[in-house]
Amino acid sequence: MSDSVAETKQATNREIIVARDVHKWFGQLHVLRGIDLTVNVGEVVVIFGASGSGKSTFIRTINRLEEHQRGTITVDGIELTNDIRNIAAVRSEIGMVFQSFNLFPHLTALQNFTLAPMRVRKYARKDADAVGMKLLERVGIPEQAHKYPAQLSGGQQQRVAIARALAMNPKIMLFDEPTSALDPEMISEVLDVMRGLAEEQGMTMICVTHEMGFARAVANRMVFFDEGVIVEEGPPRQIFEAPQQERTKRFLSQILH
Amino acid sequence: MTAETLTPPATTIGPIGWLRANLFSGPVSAFVTVLVGAALVWLAIQVGGWATADARWSVVTDNLRVFLIGRYPGDLAWRIWLSLAIPSVLAGLSAGAFGRTTRTLAVTLSAVQALIAILIAFSPIGILGVVAYAANAAAVWVSYAVGRRARIPRRVLAGAWLVSLPITFVLIAGFRGTPLTPVGTNEWGGLLLTVLLAAVGIVLSFPLGVLLALGRRSRLPAVRILSTGYIELIRGVPLVTILFMADLILPLFLPGGWQLDRVARAMGGISLFSAAYVAENVRGGLQSIPSGQVEAAQALGLSGVQTNISIVLPQALRAVIPANVGLFISLLKDTTLVTIIGLLELLNVGRAVLGQPESLGARMEVYLFIAAVFFVLCYAMSQASYRLERQLGVGTR
Repeated sequence: MSDSVAETKQATNREIIVARDVHKWFGQLHVLRGIDLTVNVGEVVVIFGASGSGKSTFIRTINRLEEHQRGTITVDGIELTNDIRNIAAVRSEIGMVFQSFNLFPHLTALQNFTLAPMRVRKYARKDADAVGMKLLERVGIPEQAHKYPAQLSGGQQQRVAIARALAMNPKIMLFDEPTSALDPEMISEVLDVMRGLAEEQGMTMICVTHEMGFARAVANRMVFFDEGVIVEEGPPRQIFEAPQQERTKRFLSQILH
Repeated sequence: MTAETLTPPATTIGPIGWLRANLFSGPVSAFVTVLVGAALVWLAIQVGGWATADARWSVVTDNLRVFLIGRYPGDLAWRIWLSLAIPSVLAGLSAGAFGRTTRTLAVTLSAVQALIAILIAFSPIGILGVVAYAANAAAVWVSYAVGRRARIPRRVLAGAWLVSLPITFVLIAGFRGTPLTPVGTNEWGGLLLTVLLAAVGIVLSFPLGVLLALGRRSRLPAVRILSTGYIELIRGVPLVTILFMADLILPLFLPGGWQLDRVARAMGGISLFSAAYVAENVRGGLQSIPSGQVEAAQALGLSGVQTNISIVLPQALRAVIPANVGLFISLLKDTTLVTIIGLLELLNVGRAVLGQPESLGARMEVYLFIAAVFFVLCYAMSQASYRLERQLGVGTR
């Protein structure tokens, strides 16, 4: 894995996600304590940190699966408020991939992709099917179109889940620990798909992940979360070779052994 | 060191092996087997002897018309037959097109009507009745064969089923000003009334129950409180009470001049009662759906209603098939309670028949016959539910 890839990747200077002083409480527990983060179009941001540091909660506030209680989040010029139209507009621009896949078990792989385009974007079945098959080829499993999620391996399920998010043609993809629930031999097939998405399509991505090889190769920027705040951020080379903060150093030494 | 290859233990496969393993595994087990076996044989001889020699089954066959349709006019009975011909043909076509669950429905319809034809053969109703019901039973299989070849689209069949419901109703009830003379519901009775009460109860209480279950989980407090209140209130009151209320109190609330007939009131009472139980079953199913499913649907931009219809309900309803079918089987049996508001459903018809002097001493025959009819209907429902579970379970968790 070479650093040169990360150095040559292009990201624009156009802001697409702007989070300002985002706070979130679960009951008494203050889980996000003032997050400021700006992501530009085409940028790949990797968020890492210990469990309970608020990283998953933060990316879930970006498409309003969690409501933030203070601060502002703006996605492509639309501010997330309680206005249901804004939420729908933002969600239609953001694709999300979950740790536990969350495929719909009663639908085939193909139906998993075509559901949202048909219901939300009102595609005809034929068009939705065509897009769905193209996506299945993209993630490398066209022969599994008519299988149910339970008949697929974990890696295949997660690739289907990525394709399902892509079927809505989003501008941004959020990945919430997409490889943590996978068996080790299946991790690379999922990372390859994600990498292709970043490098070939220039997709704007925020990934919560502990796959440091992936981060080093693909990320433009790495963000370290600890106890609900961003402790440190910077390009992968700087984070790996010269972390500024003591907590970052300690965490990295634990996961890189 | 190489592992030793051992021969497998003696099998218990085959009838002899099964007997040895399960019934004669030791002296005590063998003794109990012989004892229970002897008791069963004795019972079978007693009951069989009575049923074939002493029982006066003529009480059933002589009164067959009343058992089947109550006081429905005999010269209009062809309308009942015709109203059964429609679902027979549709069930056959559907079974041919979809197979599985619909095939159970088709088999049941065919078998029940064949049984009716046989019973009619021993009754004073006449040969025309035998031919008519035998024709219906056969129509199921003819349309099954047609359905297998014709490849009728799902939508057309579903539409046909929907259209057939009002047609069936009009055929049975009649319509003023048409050649179909109206037949008042006070003349409906017997198996006809039992099946109609149960069918309407199931068809109405299911959607109502699903809505109540969703309402109970609603974010809107008014909807939630109303749904919860309804469910708790209805579940706290016996069906008999609700039937009384539907019969006596409901008319008082209706605007003046409105007349809701007695059977309709009973149907309403049964549906409203059953809906509360359906709601609680469905709520259990809704709770079994992981929150990740809803999150994934929301992240894709589906609205709340779309999420419920496409993601949550299909999974939740599948999970509660066994519970709901159990509920509908009790509903079918509970229709016997309409006796208390004076409706002549199957059981009450049996009591009316027993009231005739010529039926003296034939209680056992009448009640056994009624029990057998209920058993056939309930058993068919539970078989259909097993099929449905297996069909919907394909390739899923």
